[in-house]
Amino acid sequence: MGIYLPIAEMSVNMVVILAMGAAVGFLSGMFGVGGGFLITPLLIFYNIPPAIAVATGANQVVASSVSGALVHLKKGTIDFKLGTVLLVGGIAGSTLGAWVFALLRSVGQLDLFVSLVYVALLGTVGGLMLVESVRALQRARTGATPALRQPGQHNWIHRLPFKMRFRQSKMFVSVIPVLGIGAVIGFLASIMGVGGGFIMIPALIYLLKVPTNVVVGTSLFQIIFTAAYTTIVHSTANQTVDIVLAFLLMVGGVAGAQYGARAGQKLRGEQLRALLALLVLAVALRLAFDLFVRPASVYSLTGL
Amino acid sequence: MRQIKACKLPFLLFILTLCAVEARAQAPEIVPESIQIGLSTDRVTITSDFSGADLTIFGALDNADPMVARQGRYDVIVVLEGPARPVVVRKKTRVLGMWINTQSETFVNVPMSYSVATTRARQDITNTANYKQLALGAENVNITPYDRNGDPVTLEEFSNALRERKKASGLFSERIGGVQFLSQNLFRATLHLAPNVPVGTHRARAFLFKNGVFIKENSAQLAILKAGFEQRVYRAAQNHGFLYGIAAVLLAFVTGWLGRIIFRRD
Repeated sequence: MGIYLPIAEMSVNMVVILAMGAAVGFLSGMFGVGGGFLITPLLIFYNIPPAIAVATGANQVVASSVSGALVHLKKGTIDFKLGTVLLVGGIAGSTLGAWVFALLRSVGQLDLFVSLVYVALLGTVGGLMLVESVRALQRARTGATPALRQPGQHNWIHRLPFKMRFRQSKMFVSVIPVLGIGAVIGFLASIMGVGGGFIMIPALIYLLKVPTNVVVGTSLFQIIFTAAYTTIVHSTANQTVDIVLAFLLMVGGVAGAQYGARAGQKLRGEQLRALLALLVLAVALRLAFDLFVRPASVYSLTGL
Repeated sequence: MRQIKACKLPFLLFILTLCAVEARAQAPEIVPESIQIGLSTDRVTITSDFSGADLTIFGALDNADPMVARQGRYDVIVVLEGPARPVVVRKKTRVLGMWINTQSETFVNVPMSYSVATTRARQDITNTANYKQLALGAENVNITPYDRNGDPVTLEEFSNALRERKKASGLFSERIGGVQFLSQNLFRATLHLAPNVPVGTHRARAFLFKNGVFIKENSAQLAILKAGFEQRVYRAAQNHGFLYGIAAVLLAFVTGWLGRIIFRRD
C-alpha cells in the first residue's frame, strides 16, 4: 500500500514503514532506549534521503520516549533533577550539532560523517557493553554478586568541583561531567537523528555510577526533550522533518514498545545488556560494510 | 572519397529535380504534415496514495499521406520532460579503505525527469546524428555544466554518470511501443510517471518522423502538483519551519501518550 511522503517527495510502502516502526519499537521497549540508532539507518537503507531520515528519526524518538517515560513515571524511577541538568547540556550540544549538520550537508560529506560517527560509536559502545555483560553473566554463573556500584570507591569524576546532590539517584557529584555528557549526547543526537539512549545509559552507569533502576527512566525523560529540541531545530534550519513518515513510524513504534517492555521484564539485566550489545554491534557492522565495500555505483546525485 | 562525392552529386541533382517535378505534377500546393497533441488534463495531482502512474497523451497527424501511413512509415516519439533544476554529481573514491565523496561536478539545468515513449525501437526510427541534433533521448538531453571551462573528459564522465543514475532511479525512462497508432492519423502515447516524479511544470513534446526524417514537433504543458494535504504540509514545512517543528513534536507527544494508553501491557 503506497503512501506519498510530502517532504521526502517520494512514495513508500506504508506497511513496510509501520512494520519497521513496530520492530524498532519492540526492541526499544525491551531495552529502554529510544531506538533512533536503529530507525535512522533503516530509513537510509530504505532509500529515504539521509537528511530526512535523521530529522524524522528524531521526531519518532520523541514519541517512543514519551511512551517509555510514562511507564517509569508511574514507577517513580525518574530523577528529574539529574534529567534537567543533562538536558541543559543536551540543548547546547544539539544546537552545535544542527549547525555542523547543515555545514556537512552543504559540502557533501554528511553521509560519510553520519556513517563514521555511527560505526565508531555503535562499535565502541556495543563492544564495551558486550564485554561487560558477558563478564556479569559469568559472575552470575559462578555465584558472585554483581557489583556495579561500589560505595566508597570514587573515580576522578567525583573529585571535580561544583558538586550537586541528586537525591533520587543517591549521588553527590560535580555538574561538569553531567553537563558534558548531556552536551556530547545532544551533539550526536542531532547529527545522528537519535535520542542517544544507547550512549546515555552506559555513560550514566559506568561514569556517574547512577543506580541502574533510575538510569533508564532518567535517560528517557531527558531524551524526550533533547529529541524534541533536535526536531524543532532541524525543522527550522533544514525543513527535513517528514511528518507523515514520522507519524507512521510513531504508530508502529509505540505499539511495539509496550510489547517489548513486557518481553524485557522476563529477561535478566545482564542478558538484556548482552542482547542490546549484540544488536548495536550488528548495526555498526552493517554500516561499516557500506563504508568499506565498493558501492554499487560510485556516483550519487543531490539537488542544490 | 572525393571521387564518390563527384559521382554522387549529379545523381542527387537528378533525383531532386525528379522529385520536384513529380511534386508539382501531383499537387501544386502540398501542405507538409504536422503533429498535434492534447492532454486530457493540464494538471496531475499527487495524492497520498500516489505510487507512480501512467499518463496517456492523445495526438493526431495533420495532412498525413495515407500511403505512407499505411506502410507504417510515420513514427512518433513523445517525451515528458520534468522541470529543470541544478544537480550536483558526486563521485566516491577509496580513501584509507573507505568510499568517500571526493569529486563533484555541478550541472545547472538538468531535467528532473525524462520519460520517452516511441512507436518502435529508437534505432529503427532515425539515426543517432538526428537524435543528437534534436537533443532527443536520455543520452542526448542537454545538461549544462556550471563550470563550462572544466576538463571535457571529466564533464563527459560526470554527465554520463548523471544520466545513468537518473535511469537507475526510474526518472529517466524509455518505453518502446509506448506510442501506438489507433488509426492512420490518430495515436496514443503512454508515459510512466515514477513514484518519485518531481513536482512542477512538465513539458510533453511530440516528434514526428517520416521515413526516418524529422518533420515536425509540438508541445504541451502539464503541471504535476501535490494534492491539498500534501501541498499544505510541504508549504508549512517550508514557510513555517519552527511552528511545523512544534506541531511535529506535539504530534509525537500525543501519539506516545495514546500509544501508552491503548497498548499498555503492564
